Amino acid sequence: MPKPLTARTPALQRLRKAAHALTTPLAPDDYLKLINPLWSQRELRGRIEKVVPETENAATLVIKPGWGWSWDHQPGQYIGIGVELDGRFHWRSYSLSSPPLVEGKTVSITVKAMPEGFLSEHLVNGLEPGTIVRLASPQGDFVLPDPPPDKALFLVGGSGITPVMSILRTLDRRDTLPDVTLVYSARTEDDMMFVHELRVMAMRYENFTFHERFTDADGMFTPEQLDDVCHDWMDRETWACGPGPMLDAFTEHYQRLGREEHIHVERFTLNTAGGEAAGGMVTFGVGGPTVQVDGATTLLEAGEKAGVNMLFGCRMGICHTCDVPLASGRIRDLRSGEEHDNPNEYIQTCISVAAGDCTLTL
Amino acid sequence: MAFADVREYTHLTDEEVEAIGRELDEIRAEVEADRGQADRDYVTRVITLQRRLAAAGRITLFASFFPPAWLLGTALLGSAKILENMEIGHNTMHGQWDWMNDPEIHSSNWEWDTTQPAEQWKHSHNYIHHQFTNVLGHDNDIGYGILRMSRDQKWTPYNLGQPIYNFFLAAFFEWGVALHDLDIEAIRKGKKDPALLKKQLKQIGQKVGKQGFKDYLMYPLLTGPAFFSTLSANFTANIIRNFWSYMIIFCGHFPDGAVHFTEEELEDETRAEWYLRQMLGSANFEGGKLLHVMSGQLGFQIEHHLFPDLPSNRYAQIAVKVKDLCKRYDIPYTTGPLHKQYGQTLRTIMKLSLPNRRTSDNPAPLSPRKRRRLDDAERPVRRTELGKWSGTASV
Repeated sequence: MPKPLTARTPALQRLRKAAHALTTPLAPDDYLKLINPLWSQRELRGRIEKVVPETENAATLVIKPGWGWSWDHQPGQYIGIGVELDGRFHWRSYSLSSPPLVEGKTVSITVKAMPEGFLSEHLVNGLEPGTIVRLASPQGDFVLPDPPPDKALFLVGGSGITPVMSILRTLDRRDTLPDVTLVYSARTEDDMMFVHELRVMAMRYENFTFHERFTDADGMFTPEQLDDVCHDWMDRETWACGPGPMLDAFTEHYQRLGREEHIHVERFTLNTAGGEAAGGMVTFGVGGPTVQVDGATTLLEAGEKAGVNMLFGCRMGICHTCDVPLASGRIRDLRSGEEHDNPNEYIQTCISVAAGDCTLTL
Repeated sequence: MAFADVREYTHLTDEEVEAIGRELDEIRAEVEADRGQADRDYVTRVITLQRRLAAAGRITLFASFFPPAWLLGTALLGSAKILENMEIGHNTMHGQWDWMNDPEIHSSNWEWDTTQPAEQWKHSHNYIHHQFTNVLGHDNDIGYGILRMSRDQKWTPYNLGQPIYNFFLAAFFEWGVALHDLDIEAIRKGKKDPALLKKQLKQIGQKVGKQGFKDYLMYPLLTGPAFFSTLSANFTANIIRNFWSYMIIFCGHFPDGAVHFTEEELEDETRAEWYLRQMLGSANFEGGKLLHVMSGQLGFQIEHHLFPDLPSNRYAQIAVKVKDLCKRYDIPYTTGPLHKQYGQTLRTIMKLSLPNRRTSDNPAPLSPRKRRRLDDAERPVRRTELGKWSGTASV
């Protein structure tokens, strides 16, 4: 897998270290980015190359990542994007809609402007090509196994199409498309992103079945209707991505039939399956303020409430902007339920809760 | 003389003091709500300018064997260091730009171009100096443990040398600052924890090593035949920065009009009283825009002490409101041209090198004062608006 240029070349690494001695306390990148804003790997960044409208309120952002980007993402994964709006950085995460490409090219995400979503609205309508954004590395396990299963079913609602698009494009490009059924719901035809590309794909491949569902006219797609559109769905490995209620309905349905192993979902929200922890007294910085925090409040939220200036990014455990070392004590990862108590281990404050008294190094 | 109570000095009623506190809180809230793109643009512009100046200075010094190039390179590098320390480093470490949520300009990880580790600065400055501003026996910035700056500080024959110490403190200010958080007074009295001392010395050693290696070995070597002229240029740039930052900082609390307080003031001090102490203990100086940028907006020392973590580019507009408030409540607002403010400071340094009885303005008898210094744990909870202090330097 390709690694960033500097990590692959020991000579470059040494040069970088030597240059650091010249620029201390700053990094060489702090000067290089004055020449080209992408020449810095202090924070991952990218430049908006193009904004391609997909529907009336959705657009694909084509981004050229800067130094330090690892080009090894898997189709279906998402990235964090941090954009500056009125002087502040705001973070969101979006699935990559582009297939993995060779190094040096671009990546793209497709964003739908949500009503009252000031940031998604800005991403769709407010970003000029040339804008520099911050990025967080690809993550997520909504990916196809390698080799892909013989038969797959994709259940998609609205903007949930984006990770699936990346998966389908990759399979198409590699010419390894198995027997695939896609059930894609959107409010109207105008709202359906990538509809033409998908229709063309359905014509080209006999083994690709594409069901379009317009919910304004036909109503929501429910688990009971699965048999109507895909009679052999029980034989298929399922990937589902879309609004929360839709995912809940389908996971419940699969569970009832004992098939929960065969459905993979992507929710785009913080999954708090790890459950609550005991809570405790949390000290923000040795000698800093100490507050009582319950086991459901993240350390980031607790710190902000205590008036501590804490860095944050996606607030979903993706971008690692909020990482701080744990000085002492025990914390729980809200997502996995895993507990950590190694002193000096970096923890993500946005998805960690106190599992007893603990102290953070700030 | 030092005061045991801000009210005693200002003759304000309790209600008036609380009303002043509310007005200042409002000023803070207004600025906080209004921070945005223009503020970010300001700080990123200053940072870009500073990095360009530094790069231009370093490059120019490749020709430092040629005297005009030496002069130009030194001036560029000196001004880059001044900008970095004053307008960028000091203010960023106060958390003035934390609201931008940008890890590249944030108090938690900013390291500045001087010999003191940021970690220790945030303790000695953000915490000790800003929380205990001008309280005798607490605020080590009153004379930096080297000079006698208040008539209430005990005179010893050592003080006769103040004019000389002052010169050396100015020239090597960077080093005075580097050692500041060690708390020389505590070491002298044998009260310093040796483990902490060792840890801090190691931290300072590492920072000094990097800074020295860069300025006094790497760049001179790189410029080859210009080794010695680059070395002298870098040394001079550091000295220029030292004199300048020394002068700006000494004009913050030592001109006539800025008063000192005794330990009693800290007892049961309300937020409003803390505001008042900051106003009475600080002094501004007047000047043009360039002067204010090059001094990190510390010409608005009063405003900076009221709101240490608001963006520095806002201090000028805050000053208009604070001045008006002072006028309405008849509170002194100390300001004047830079040369006058520094002149007064210098006069105090000279005067206080002699015992009180030899100089005019003999003080009223001191109010009884506790002699023992409290340690961090015994002190009141730190105010959050002072800016970040991680505290790891104290474990």
